[in-house]
Amino acid sequence: MSVQSWTFLLVAASFTLYIGIAIWSRATSTKDFYVAGAGVSPLANGMATAADWMSAASFISMAGLISFMGYDGAVYLMGWTGGYVLLALLLAPYLRKFGAFTVPDFVGDRYYSQTARIVAVVCAIFISFTYVAGQMRGVGVVFSRFLEVDVNVGVYIGMAIVFFYAVLGGMKGITYTQVAQYCVLIFAYLVPAIFLSLLITGNPVPQLGFGDVDQASGISLLERLNGLHQELGFSEYTSGTKSRLDVFFITAALMVGTAGLPHVIIRFYTVPRVRDARLSVGWALVFIALLYTTAPAVAVFARTNLINSVSEVPYDQVPEWFTTWEGTGLLSFEDLNGDGRIQFVGPDASTANELTVDNDIIVLANPEIAGLPNWVIGLVAAGGLAAALSTAAGLLLVVSSAVSHDLLKRSIMPEITERGELIAARISAGAAVLVAGYLGINPPGFVAQVVAFAFGLAAASFFPVIILGIFSKRTTREGAILGMVSGITLTAAYIAYFTLIHPELNNADNWWFGISPQGIGTVGMLLNFAITLTVSRFTPEPPPEVQQLVEMIRVPKGAGAAH
Amino acid sequence: MSEQPSQGSAGYGPDSSTRARATEYWRRNIRYVGMLLVVWFVVSYGFGIIAVEPLDTVTVPGTGFPLGFWFAQQGAIYVFVALIFVYVFLMNRLDREFDLREEDDV
Repeated sequence: MSVQSWTFLLVAASFTLYIGIAIWSRATSTKDFYVAGAGVSPLANGMATAADWMSAASFISMAGLISFMGYDGAVYLMGWTGGYVLLALLLAPYLRKFGAFTVPDFVGDRYYSQTARIVAVVCAIFISFTYVAGQMRGVGVVFSRFLEVDVNVGVYIGMAIVFFYAVLGGMKGITYTQVAQYCVLIFAYLVPAIFLSLLITGNPVPQLGFGDVDQASGISLLERLNGLHQELGFSEYTSGTKSRLDVFFITAALMVGTAGLPHVIIRFYTVPRVRDARLSVGWALVFIALLYTTAPAVAVFARTNLINSVSEVPYDQVPEWFTTWEGTGLLSFEDLNGDGRIQFVGPDASTANELTVDNDIIVLANPEIAGLPNWVIGLVAAGGLAAALSTAAGLLLVVSSAVSHDLLKRSIMPEITERGELIAARISAGAAVLVAGYLGINPPGFVAQVVAFAFGLAAASFFPVIILGIFSKRTTREGAILGMVSGITLTAAYIAYFTLIHPELNNADNWWFGISPQGIGTVGMLLNFAITLTVSRFTPEPPPEVQQLVEMIRVPKGAGAAH
Repeated sequence: MSEQPSQGSAGYGPDSSTRARATEYWRRNIRYVGMLLVVWFVVSYGFGIIAVEPLDTVTVPGTGFPLGFWFAQQGAIYVFVALIFVYVFLMNRLDREFDLREEDDV
């Protein structure tokens, strides 16, 4: 069977599965819709969290990014996993005990303030929409490359699928489809990685394989790759080029951002007990680590393969995949010195580089570059779609619950009935899907850059306020509101200045202390902590019932069973 | 919502001895969290970033991994997973010790 038939078959089969699950797990109450009835097992929730968390960026782009960044890719590997330790130790169990439906719910009640609730709603919606636009785009790209339909048609198909299970099933439908999506995506990620590892090093475990001996040259693979890099004028693969301070700040921003992202936090409202919340974070990280420890191996295999298969190859003898990807514009060759051969070299080389490779190709084209069977290529397409759809659905739920629960039920129309709220939740989920689809079809030109907003904003807004809300009884409403507003403002202004207003100034010479816009969320977070703590000292202490509430969430017993 | 947090339906009553126990429970929890976060910081920011260059002069025995690079791209992640399960274990034990373990029939 051809690549395209395999892709059709596997994508169609996986979509049928998702729809089947959606019909089986319809939501019948708001509790079902917002937190899946708080009856999800820790293991299933861990899997769902992993799928929710790992987006098109993790699946499609990350290994490619690492393969271009070498050591510096560690910012993503540690940054996007380390936050789970913070979640397990500092957030998840207490938020589960609190027993709310959304993040603004907690902020509003803990800080006894409608203003704080509304600030949190605005942050949650903004963070989620910036994030979701990229997901819908990812869906479109996978469709257009593998099924040769128009990118926009791809977005419509993706919207229809998400619409179906998010609107019908809410959190309950999303959770169980995410479990299936995790299985699809991890299988799709590991199969080519294992093939590659066997092919290059003879070791079936990719995590060990990339530290093993390269069978072609007989020396360690990393040593071989460092050698190739040196020959071609790239900096050493295992060393990297970013400043240590910047690596530190970016890693911290991503970690803390992870722990502050509302669509991740709410996943831990769905388990029955406090101790399940702790355990569930552990399972989530196990499932995430499976992909995240494989990614750097894929990066090394892909980098070596790419250099070996294109460097100094005459252009009229390039492999078939090269021509296919040239057609998408993600790969381009310009014969600057007119010798008819491809010079793929780094900044330190004496000749000019003639090949431009987009990061996203690495994972998607890897199976073709390595000459793997057609079904593996189709599988990668289904996996990429699973990653994008699962994350999109989780984000859309945050938006819909922020509108129907935090705005309608808790602010504007407190007398709304359960039935009315459920209908409102479905309508807002549907509307959110339409907005996300619109953003996917008409992406703002700066989509790639604004993803940094999502993490920076989450790090600078929610994280400090939630932590202090739990660990410091003295934290006041005034402190929290000023802290959130100043943290967000600083972070957003810095990112906007360097990516939207003056992109030409976006280099280390102009950054504060050499901290890139990606890492500024850490500074915003520190500012938020400082302001919240200081203002809290000089404002009247929280009312006794709020202090009691804090004492209540610190002990697990009586975590409000699923009624 | 299934419960009203403001009612203070905590796992302890108003009398002072249970209150003192809750304080002690919290103090122990903070100590565990503190210890585990030190390890969390050392393996990632310490080994993976700050001390990466000196560590890179050592190769992980039997492999081609420079040690600092390995921590940054593999080791730190394994330690993160282990830390969460250690915390789960410690807290489950603590919950039982303080009789704060949640009922099973939910």
